[in-house]
Amino acid sequence: MVAHIELKLFASLKAYLPQEAERFPITSGESVEALIKRLGIPLDDVKLIFIDGIRADISSVLWGGERVGVFPPVGGG
Amino acid sequence: MRAALGQAIWQVSTPATHPDGTPYRSIGMKDLKKLCQGRGLSGRDGQIAALEAGVVPERYARNVRVYSLEEQVALLRSSVCVVGMGGLGGTVVEVLARLGVGTLLLVDGDIFDESNLNRQFLSQEQALGKPKVQEAATRVGAVNSSVVVHVHQCYLNEDNTLSILGDADVAIDCLGGLKDRFVLEGATKQAGCPLVSAAVAGLSGHVTTIFPSDPGLQVIYGDPLSLPTQGAESSLGCLPQITTLLAALECSEATRILLKKRPLLRHQLMVIDLDDMGAEVLDLQRG
Repeated sequence: MVAHIELKLFASLKAYLPQEAERFPITSGESVEALIKRLGIPLDDVKLIFIDGIRADISSVLWGGERVGVFPPVGGG
Repeated sequence: MRAALGQAIWQVSTPATHPDGTPYRSIGMKDLKKLCQGRGLSGRDGQIAALEAGVVPERYARNVRVYSLEEQVALLRSSVCVVGMGGLGGTVVEVLARLGVGTLLLVDGDIFDESNLNRQFLSQEQALGKPKVQEAATRVGAVNSSVVVHVHQCYLNEDNTLSILGDADVAIDCLGGLKDRFVLEGATKQAGCPLVSAAVAGLSGHVTTIFPSDPGLQVIYGDPLSLPTQGAESSLGCLPQITTLLAALECSEATRILLKKRPLLRHQLMVIDLDDMGAEVLDLQRG
C-alpha cells in the first residue's frame, strides 16, 4: 500500500533529497534501511535517524504520515 | 575586612537607573580597580565584593535584570573549560567573558590559518600563524580583565585531559572533527563534569548536554572506533552564521548548568538548519 512521509535530510545528505521530499511515497511497512537504500544514501553515511522527533534506527518501520529525519556525522567547529 | 571593603565599595558607588527607571547602585571599572589594588585583591574578587554589597559593577548592569546579583556572583565564582578555540570556541569565550564567568580554562594546540577567517572570531589577518589559545587569552583580557584565564596550548589526549579539566564546573566541546570529542567526553565523565557539545557542517548543526551518567556522544555518533576523523564538514565546510548561533546556544545551556537551573538539552539534540530556518529539539532516548 502506498503511503507518504515527510523526509528531511541534513547537511551532506541533502544531495540525496528527492523532489517530493515533503510528501515522499513509501510502501507502508517499509523499513528506514530500505528507504535509505532507495534514496541512494550510503548506509555508512547515516548516523542518526529520527521519526517524529524521536530517535529511531535503520530497522524502524514506516507506515506513512511520519516525519523522518536522517543525519550524517557532523563534527565541524 | 570583607565588611569594610563592602562599605568602601558602597561609599564609592553612585545611584543609577536601568533604562526602565529601576534604581540600582553602580560602581565603575576604574573605581573598583582602585579599591582592589589598594587591598591586594583581584578584579574578580572586587566584582564579587561589590555584588555582595548590593552594588552592580556597571559592566554587568545589562546582565542583572535577568540574573540576580547572587547569580552574577555564582557566575564569577564558576570555572568553565572551553576546548577548541575555533569557530565555536571563539564565540563561546567572548560570550562567557562578557557574562562574567570568573575562570576560563582554554584549550587548543592549533595556530590560526587563513581558512579560519571566515568564521573564527579570534582569528584576524594579523594573527595568522599565532597560537589560537594565546589570541583567546588576549581577547578575554581585553574584554574583561577580571576573568582568570588558564591557557593550555596543546591538543587533548587520554593523558592530559583530566588534569586540564581540573575542577571545572562545566566543559564546553568546541572541537572540530569527531574523535577528540570522545576523549573529552571520557574525561568529563571521569571528572564528574557536565559537558555541552556542539558541531556544525555547512549551514546546519546540533547541540546537546551530557551529564557524566548519560550515554552521551555514542548515541549521536555511534561507535567511536568506526568513526571517520571528520564528518560532513569535510565536504561542506562551516559557515559563520551557524557556528556563531550554536556557540551562543552552548553558552546558554552552560550558564543554566552553572546557575543550577535544569539543563534543557540533556537527552535532547537541538538541531538547527539555516538552509530552511528549521529548529527542532529531538529526543535522543529511543522511542
